Formats: sequence, C-alpha cells, structure tokens
Amino acid sequence: MSANIVTTLPLGPLDPERTELLLRVVEGLDPTTLQWLSGFTAGVAHERAGRGAGIVPAGAVVAPAARSEPTARVTIVYGSQTGNSKRIAERLGRAAEAAGLAARVYAAGTYPIKDLAKERLLVVVVSTQGDGDPPDDARGLIEFLQSRRAPKLEQLSYSVLALGDSSYPKFCETGKQVDERLAALGAKRLVDRVDCDVDYDTLATGWLERVVTSAREALGTATQSATVTRLRTAPAEPQFSRDQPFAAEIVGNQTITGRAATKVVRHVEISLAGSGLTYQPGDALGVWHENPPVVVDEVLQALHLDGEQPVEIDGAAKPLREWLATRRELTRLTRPFLTQQAERSGDARLAGVLQPGHETDLRQTLKDLQVIDVLQRHPGAWDAQSFVQALRPLAPRLYSIASSQEAVGEEAHLTVALVDYELERKHRVGAASTFLANLQGEQARARVFVEHNERFRLPADASRDVIMIGPGTGVAPFRGFVQHRDAQGATGRNWLFFGARNFQSEFLYQAEWQDAVKKGVLNRFDLAFSRDRSIPREYVQDRLRRVGKDLYAWLESGAYLYVCGDAEKMAPDVNAALIDIVAEHGGKARDDAEAYVRRLADDRRYLRDVY
Amino acid sequence: MTEQSPVERIKRDSRNLRGTLVESLADPLTGAIREDDLVLIKFHGSYQQDDRDIRDERRRQKLEPAYSFMIRTRLPGGVCTPVQWLQLDQIARTYANGTLRITTRQAFQFHGVIKTELKTTMQAINASLMDTLAACGDVNRNVMASANPVETRAHPIVHEWAKQLSEHLLPSTRAYHEIWLDGAKVSSTEEEVEPLYGPTYLPRKFKAAIVVPPVNDVDVFAHDLGFIAIIENGELQGFNLTVGGGMGATHGDAETHPRVADVAGFLKPEQLLAVAEAVLTTQRDFGNRAVRKRARLKYTIEDRGIDWFVAEITRRQGFALEPARPFNFVTTGDRFGWTEGFDGRWHLTLRIDAGRVADTERGQWLTGLREIAKVHRGDFRLTPNQNLTIANVDANARTFIDGLVVRHGLDRHARATPVALNALACVALPTCALAMAEAERYLPRLTQLVDERLAANGLAGAPLVLRITGCPNGCARPYLAEVALVGKAPGRYNLFLGGDGKGQRLNVLYMENIDEPTIVAALDSAFARYATERTASECFGDFAWRAGLIGARAA
Ligand code: SRM
Ligand SMILES: Cc1cc2nc3c(=O)[nH]c(=O)nc-3n(C[C@H](O)[C@H](O)[C@H](O)COP(=O)(O)OP(=O)(O)OC[C@H]3O[C@@H](n4cnc5c(N)ncnc54)[C@H](O)[C@@H]3O)c2cc1C
Ligand SMILES: Cc1cc2nc3c(=O)[nH]c(=O)nc-3n(C[C@H](O)[C@H](O)[C@H](O)COP(=O)(O)O)c2cc1C
Ligand code: SF4
Repeated sequence: MSANIVTTLPLGPLDPERTELLLRVVEGLDPTTLQWLSGFTAGVAHERAGRGAGIVPAGAVVAPAARSEPTARVTIVYGSQTGNSKRIAERLGRAAEAAGLAARVYAAGTYPIKDLAKERLLVVVVSTQGDGDPPDDARGLIEFLQSRRAPKLEQLSYSVLALGDSSYPKFCETGKQVDERLAALGAKRLVDRVDCDVDYDTLATGWLERVVTSAREALGTATQSATVTRLRTAPAEPQFSRDQPFAAEIVGNQTITGRAATKVVRHVEISLAGSGLTYQPGDALGVWHENPPVVVDEVLQALHLDGEQPVEIDGAAKPLREWLATRRELTRLTRPFLTQQAERSGDARLAGVLQPGHETDLRQTLKDLQVIDVLQRHPGAWDAQSFVQALRPLAPRLYSIASSQEAVGEEAHLTVALVDYELERKHRVGAASTFLANLQGEQARARVFVEHNERFRLPADASRDVIMIGPGTGVAPFRGFVQHRDAQGATGRNWLFFGARNFQSEFLYQAEWQDAVKKGVLNRFDLAFSRDRSIPREYVQDRLRRVGKDLYAWLESGAYLYVCGDAEKMAPDVNAALIDIVAEHGGKARDDAEAYVRRLADDRRYLRDVY
Repeated sequence: MTEQSPVERIKRDSRNLRGTLVESLADPLTGAIREDDLVLIKFHGSYQQDDRDIRDERRRQKLEPAYSFMIRTRLPGGVCTPVQWLQLDQIARTYANGTLRITTRQAFQFHGVIKTELKTTMQAINASLMDTLAACGDVNRNVMASANPVETRAHPIVHEWAKQLSEHLLPSTRAYHEIWLDGAKVSSTEEEVEPLYGPTYLPRKFKAAIVVPPVNDVDVFAHDLGFIAIIENGELQGFNLTVGGGMGATHGDAETHPRVADVAGFLKPEQLLAVAEAVLTTQRDFGNRAVRKRARLKYTIEDRGIDWFVAEITRRQGFALEPARPFNFVTTGDRFGWTEGFDGRWHLTLRIDAGRVADTERGQWLTGLREIAKVHRGDFRLTPNQNLTIANVDANARTFIDGLVVRHGLDRHARATPVALNALACVALPTCALAMAEAERYLPRLTQLVDERLAANGLAGAPLVLRITGCPNGCARPYLAEVALVGKAPGRYNLFLGGDGKGQRLNVLYMENIDEPTIVAALDSAFARYATERTASECFGDFAWRAGLIGARAA
C-alpha cells in the first residue's frame, strides 16, 4: 500500500535529494501518522510565517494563532520600575534554559499580547508601585488582562512572584491582582504566588527553584518538538454583509490626540469574534451608525413635530424619532430635499441656488450645510410622513481598517476623526464619527461589515519596497500595512510619510511608529507639521519634494507607492509633487514625467484610497 | 578592580560631554533625546523630564510622554541684575511654562521647554550673560553664598569669592559652546583637555557654599565643600573649611544617609582656591566610581576617615590648615522685609513660596517682579530659602517699590505665619522624574494644617522650620529641618523630627510611610506636649529630643 502513496506523491518544490529523503520518511507510515505529519509541516510553516521566513502556502489554511495548540515553552514576563523584578525574571530565564527548557523573557510593555492565548506556561514577576499601582511598563498588559477582551486561559499554567514593600498599605497589590485574574480566566497555578518584601532574595530564590522544577515536569521534553497545527477546511463565506451587518462589540475606544489637539481623533477597537468576518490590510470597515440624539432633537424642534407619532412607509410603521435616528440621513443634504424645502419655505434665495448657472453655490451648500442648517435658515412647514419620505435613506460610513489580523487576530481597529465644528455659532457634529465616539461600555455594539478593497493591497511580493503617504487619518491603513509587513517578516523596505498640525498632540500612533523604527520595521519616516511654532511649517507634499531624490530612487527600484486620506486637497497636491519629483530627478520633460506617474498607476504600483 | 557604574562609561566615551546631543536634538520622531545623552545634557545644565500628570493619559493616547526640558542657570551667590531678570522673565513666558523657579541653591530653573526650542532658549539665556554650564552633572555645582547676612559689609566680599570659586572649578570643554552657541568646533577632541576634571569628571555631583555667621541660610553643613567666613570687627579674617556634608539618601538602603559636614580647620582668604581644588581633586581620585549611590564626598570621607582626608588635601595644597576658629549660628531663616545696609542702602526680602515666581490667584508675582525690575537700579538676590531679595535700593525708592509689592500680592512676608515663611519645598511632581509624592504643590495645604495644629495647642505663630521633599534625595535639605516630610508614595510620607533650626543637627525618622490624617494626628500630639512641657525659648526640634520623642529611636 505504502508504495502506492509514495508514487502518487506530488513532488513539487523539492529537489531530488530531499524528495529521496521525504520518500524514505513516509515509507510504510500508517494513515494517521501521515495525517499528523502533514499537520506538523503546516505547523512549522505557520511558525515560520510568524517569524517571517516565509508565508503560509495559499492552499493550506492554518488556524489563526489564537486557536492553535499551546506552545511548549516558558514565557517569563516582568513588570519592573526600579529593576528588581527584571533581575529576578532574567535569573529565572537563565535557570530555565540551564534546565533545558525553552524560555523567553519579556518586559511587560514588549510582550506580544496576542500570544497569551497560546501560552502554555506563563511566569509573571511584578512589583507594586505608587499606592498599589502597577509599574508604568506593566499597565497596558494588566489593563488587557482585566478587560473583557482577555481570552479564556484554560490551557495555561502559571506562577506569579510579587515584589513589594510591607510598609505600604497595599502590599504586593499588583502581583495579587494578576494572580487572581489569571485564575479567574481559567488558568491553573503551577506554583503558588509568593509575596516578597524589600529583602526579596531568599523568598525569590526558593520560588524560582520551585518554578523551574515544576516547569520541567509540566513540559517534559515536549519543548523540543515543533507545534502541530491541525488542518481545517476554509471557513464558509461569512453570513454577514452590508445588508446583514454584524453587531460587533466595541472592545476599545480611546482618544489618541493630546490635550492641545485642534481636532479629536479616536482609536476604536472592534471585535469581529464569532462573525467569521476576515479582512486584509487595505480593506475598510462599513459602519451602520445612528444619528446622535442631539441631531434628531434639533430637527424635531425646528419642525415642531412630535417624535413619538407613528409614521408608516411601505408597510413599515415606527415612531418618527426612530425613522430619523436609524433610517434617514440628517447630516447630509440632497438636491431633491433642497428642492422640496425651497417650495415649502417659498424662500427665493434657496430656490436661487437650485437654478441652472448656480452649480457652484449648490455644490457649496451641499458640502457645507446639514439638514438642520437648511431647516433653520429657510423654515417651511412639514408633516412627519412627507418629511421622512423627502430624506435620503441612511447610508453606512466606511473607515479604513487600521490593523492587520496577523497582529490583532479577530479585531479590527479604526482611526476616526471626530467631525465636530461651529457654523455661524451653531455647534454641529458628524453623525457616524460622533456615533462611534460615543460607543462606550459593555453594551456598546456597532453594526459593521467588511468592505474589501482589492485596489489597495500590499505587494504580493514581500521583498518589494513600500512608500506610504498618509497625513491625518490617512495614516490608518498604513498602521495595518506595517503590522502586516512586520508579521510577514517582509524583506522589502517600508517608508512612511505622516503629516498633521502639531507634533505634541496630533502625531497619531507616535509611540507605535517609534517602536516600529526601533524594530527596523519602518526603515524611513518623514514628518510634516503645519501649525507648530517651533518646527518649519510643512505639508507632506513639501516633505516629498525635500526627499525627492531618494523617493525617485525607490520608485526606480520598483517600490510601491500608496496614498490615503483627503481627496480634495492632499491627494492632488501629492500627485503634483510626484510629477515634479520625477521630472527633476528623472531628468524628464513635464509630459514624460506625467506619463511616468500615470504608468505607475496603470502598473498598480501607485495606489490611492482617498475620501 | 570593581566594575564601574555605567555612567562612567558614558562620560568617558562622550568626547568631553558632546555625546550624540546634536543628533538627538535633530531627531524629529521624538521630543526626547537618546539614552546616553540624558546623562550628558545634565552637564550642560538641563534635564529631560515629562509631565507626569498626563503620563498615563498619553500612554493611552499612544503618544510618547509629554517630554520637555528643565534648564538650570549657574548663578554664583544668586545675584542677578534687573536687566537679566527681565530677560529671564521673557524667556520664561516665551519658551518655558510661564514660571521662574528660584532653587534652593540660589539659581533659576525653567520648566517645560520643548526639545525643538531648547537651543534657542539656551542661546537666549546666554544672551542674558548667564550660562547653565555645570549647573548639573558630576561637576562642581552652582556655588552658594549667604544672601542676606547681618554683616552686610561682608556680603560683596563673599559673593566675589563665590564667583571666583565657581569660575575656577568650571569644566573647560568647548562642547557647550559648540552645541548650543554654534561656537567653532574643536578640531579633534584629543587636543582638548580637562585640566581639573580629566575625561570622566567627578564620580558624582559636587557642591560648595560660603556662609557668613550668624545666619546659616546656605545650610553650610549640607554641602561637599563649605567655607564659614570668620569676621572680626568687620574684617574678613579667613574661613573655616567644612567637608563631607550631604542630604541624599535612598529609602530602605542603610548604605545611604544624610551627613553633616566636618569642620576641618581654618584658612586665609587667599588660600581658598587652592584648598577647594585640593578637596575636589581628592574626591575626583578617591570617590567611589563603582556605586553611584555611594559616590558623594561624604562617603569617601566616611569610608577613609577625616584624618586621612585632611592629610591628603594638605599634601595636595602644600600647606596645613590652622585650627578652626569659633563661630556661632542662630538661624537658617531669611530676614524678611526691609533691612538697612552698612552703606545706607536698603534690602527688601520677599517670601516666594517654594520659589515659584508665577502669576496665580495668590498674586501676580511674575508680573509684579517684572514691573519692579523695570524700575529697580540695584540688584536681585536669590536666597537659599527660595526667597528673593530686592537689594541695594535707595531710601527714596522704597515707597514706590512697596506700592508695586502690595499691588501684586508680593507682600506675603507681611501676612504669612512663621511656619509658612520659613518652609521649604522641592519641586517634585509633576516635573521631577524621581518624585514619589507631591511637595511644592502640597506645601500650601501642609503649612495650613501645621499652623492649625499649632493654634489648636495654643502655639499660634510659633516659629518652626518645616521642609518637605517628594523623595529622599533631599533637595529642600529636609534632614536639617525641625519637622520634615519625605515622600514615599502618592499621599504618603516619612515624618522626621528634631532639627535644630540652625542647620547643625540632623533630624530623625519619627514615623514611616504615613498619610495626611496620621501626619496631622502625630504633629497634634507632639505639639500638645511641646505646649505644656517646653522650657522658655526651647525650639520644637530641641524639645523633641529632650522629651524623648525621638531620642530613644536615635540612640
Ligand atoms: C530645583 C531643586 C530643588 C528646589 O526645589 O529648589 C532640585 C531639583 C532636583 N534635584 Fe536636587 N535640587 C535642588 C537642590 C538639591 C539639594 C540642596 C542643596 O544642594 O543645597 C540637594 C541635597 C544636597 C545634596 O546634594 O546632598 C539635592 C539632592 C539631589 C539628589 C540626591 C543627591 C545624592 O547625593 O543622593 C538628586 C538625585 C541624584 O543626584 O541622583 C537630585 C536631583 C534633582 C532633580 C534634577 C531630579 C532628577 O535628577 O531628575 C530635580 C529636578 C526637579 C525639577 O523638576 O526641577 N537632587 N538637590 C534644587 C536645585 C538646586 C540648584 O540650583 O542647583
Ligand atoms: C474609503 C473611505 C475610507 C475612510 N476612512 C476613514 C478613516 O480612516 N477615518 C476617518 O475619520 N474617516 C474616514 N472616512 C470618512 C468617513 O467615512 C466619514 O465620511 C467621516 O467620518 C464623516 O462622517 P460623519 O457621519 O461623522 O459625518 P457626516 O454626518 O457624514 O458629515 C457631516 C456633514 O457636515 C457638513 N460639514 C460642514 N462643515 C464641515 C466640516 N468642517 N467638517 C466636516 N463636515 C462638515 C458636511 O455637509 C458633512 O456632510 C473614509 C471614507 C471613505 C470613503
Ligand atoms: C514610589 C513607590 C511606591 C511604592 N508603592 C508600593 C505599594 O503600594 N505596595 C508595595 O507593596 N510596594 C510598593 N513599593 C515598593 C516596591 O514594590 C519595591 O521597592 C519593589 O522591590 C520594586 O521592584 P522593581 O524594582 O521591580 O520595581 C513602592 C516603591 C516606590 C518607589
Ligand atoms: S527631592 Fe526628590 S522629588 Fe524633590 S526635587 Fe529632589 S529629586 Fe525631585
């Protein structure tokens, strides 16, 4: 039988020598073992993909990290302010390895949180600071553990060493919290927690030895072998879509602009868990928002209509308020609505805007005004029924996904600029951005779907260089790009251009970019700030021109160029800058330069996602 | 040979304090500078800090901490001109956080200068004919001198010595001018030598002060190197030398502790520089370069003995010291209000709580002093108690100045209680990276609480030297106070009792790691006994010992 298998083995990429080897290995193996072997190699492939040596072959679908088998190694995480915990953690690391265990030591701040779900053996050494607070570096990890997003940890054995000072009322508070929380998440204590006072040495040493011995018993020799990943068939087409959006939990919602910021930008983390929805960097997330109550109320007031009165439209009956909140656009104007409003108000000025020859006025009006502005400026009588019918049905908003599933698993992150402005001393807000900003707490849900965008993809060939231009929220997809290239271990270089008004408070994701630069994932980073007293006023396109020589060199060596963000001003300005750069540094005549840039676009090496 | 502390490596490799400061300043990605440069920039008079009030908020915002820089001037004896004051005031409002901070070493500090404006600010400070070189770092720091002597004739003399001493002990690297003032680059740093310091400078910071009895405002026993002016019938005879004082300590580390300086002998004025150099080079060569916590001169002397030390400096300076002359201190406090000088000119000492010159609801102090500086023809003196003397005022200008003082609420000295007038507080939160608890921002409430307890025990208006610091480093010289709080964690302090109010005796830990209610209760009961059991003219610090509040623990 076995010979049979062998002869029918498709020997694709392997050279004769390895084929020979492989044949010998599989010779005479029973089906289960062969199954196991296939899983084993897939597991290795997945591991490597993680470390970037290669990518998982398109065919083999590998379970996402979070679901794969626990990993047989000791992970040691420490939270330390003044270095004591650090020293102990490192000592433990050395002791574990001396005992033949695979061990990794992390400062809490650098521990890749998504690994937690696949840890098998976790050891935490943490001190307590402030008045029972965690060390600065450990705050993030502990917040995650305490949060609802913390995964179940049945697979995990762990032990905690708590450092403290008994002269404080909350002795070893942080260590205790971690210990209890891990237990609550289903993890089993490998060795009971030990609370150390300032003279921690003896206690710590005793604990350390117990941990090493128990770890060896727990892991045995399993450490040596690679993890086995069971193959599973590709997931069925997700049942959720634009028309059947998924009610997603909001697991994080945080302002990421500082105090002096001129506009508020929020980072929103949405859980797609259980939806089967997946995305790739470059995709957008569609959000079905509701009009904020303030907007609805103001409209009802302007119309002197009762929000509770029922309105029925082709068979569907609901209160007026609900129609306006969940079914109709209140913040975006349409021409038909203006026309009706002109009639009802009998206001000549409004009618005028709609006359032929006034297209620019009309465009301006549609762009600058909301429904409420028109109702207030050109009042007219409406009955509930006809008002609802005159309005455009509510449309979902799109947001570039600012994450890669390689890094965040089943979450999707958004970077949302709050639309919030004054117009003639009236406070106005954007519907969806305000809706998203207000999604807080346990119950918060957003109805979402994934809007795939094949026109905005990273190069399939990971060795290609990538240039990303994303001022303001335009940087969102590039956060996903960089996470992805990092996870892929892409060998191509990454160059990011970011711009904002000021450095101190609007440098979106500053801390993450700094890490990426340290890690060598971001090879180049150019910044432009336009309203910063102490920095020469610049926009990204100015920045591009400054470094035009290198930029052209990158393009010549086959780099892909991506632009995301404002369509109205930024994108055209950047395009103009590109043409100038090609002309200057490529020594080309204007139309040759234009042709060059056009060709980049045709070759799909100059990709834009602008709005 | 034991391994050296990492800081020693950084100094050695720094090419005389240049490091990669230029590159650090140019990095657009961060408001911070590189790790090694954090050490080096101190020698240039600046520290990187961040606003700790919003550190965690910024972390959530995925933004780096709100980095900014503190800049400290070098100002021997704390004397500056009205013109300089106006320039500094301008700088504070343009580049810093709108405040001028008078330090416990008679210098100015700016807070909140961002990296991209650091160089401009440094240049502005130098344009005011002040510099910041060696205001921090492992070198001789700003030299202090009694600001408010009763012997006003002696003041110009000791101030002159302070200036000479400061200049004499300056590092000679050109790095400062290169980096901040666009001075010509020294072609190869090899040919640039540090005759006094050598390539690795001192093992640790080094501090000097000159005092004129009977007012020990500089706390002369708190410094590595001190000179007590000996004045006989109005004439300066010379100085008693004091060595090995220091405040810094670390919680729970018995190896570290404050120390009162030894009196080593007497020297003639013309011998001052030679002696100072002998003391400094001895510390340079024998100070502990392995353990920074133990690197101050006080530990060198403690470890090797004062006799060895005196022998060593005698060898270096080439002459022996005479036996110390008698001296007498009565207080460490400032004399507030107007005092007349020997030459008939007047000095007005104002209370600046915690040295923070700012416009607040308490008063328009920054504005007020700007107005005064515009008209004042004498000079300003920063006192070691974080206060300010408007010095050398003509008799006929007094009323006008008084007007400005009152109008801007600068007349605290006329209203505040003795406790509030004499209290010291270090900066601590939100700028100090080492702070474990509030100090400057807590001072107003603290003095109020203490005054309430005094009043409740019928001691209203009793004088008391109260000092608070946010950590055990002792920047407000807490261990010499009658009552001191030393920060341990937010809202929690160690309580010390028993200083003598003259800066000659250390206080003792009374209660550890206690919160406000416990502090208030402890003081209340101590004051209760003080009220009934004290002898006439017995200060609280002395009483604490005699009554055994601390004696037992101290023994
Ligand atoms: C501003 C000032 C306190 C004040 O409220 O005025 C101050 C503020 C700081 N001191 Fe100090 N020290 C100040 C006088 C002192 C004094 C008092 C004195 O010198 O008379 C001491 C105690 C005397 C001594 O040195 O022993 C003092 C002992 C320290 C120490 C502990 C040194 C030690 O030997 O352990 C540190 C920490 C260190 O050096 O490692 C320190 C460090 C600091 C730093 C720079 C914190 C740091 O290293 O990051 C503080 C900056 C806070 C801020 O945000 O401004 N500071 N520092 C004083 C500036 C004086 C000046 O103009 O140069
Ligand atoms: C593919 C794609 C990707 C996108 N990615 C992102 C992203 O990553 N991050 C992000 O923040 N947005 C992104 N957007 C934009 C986003 O979809 C919304 O358009 C945006 O959030 C505003 O929607 P809103 O409902 O809050 O405001 P709306 O309620 O739709 O608009 C408010 C109305 O106010 C009026 N108005 C008048 N003055 C102003 C003013 N000064 N500012 C704004 N409106 C004014 C306008 O008439 C406007 O229609 C993207 C859009 C697309 C198409
Ligand atoms: C400002 C400060 C606050 C502290 N607060 C606490 C506390 O609330 N509870 C406690 O048990 N220990 C407390 N400690 C003590 C530390 O946890 C202890 O020094 C520990 O050894 C520090 O370990 P690390 O160097 O790993 O941070 C505090 C220490 C400092 C400096
Ligand atoms: S005493 Fe401590 S907290 Fe206060 S300024 Fe000095 S170092 Fe900072």
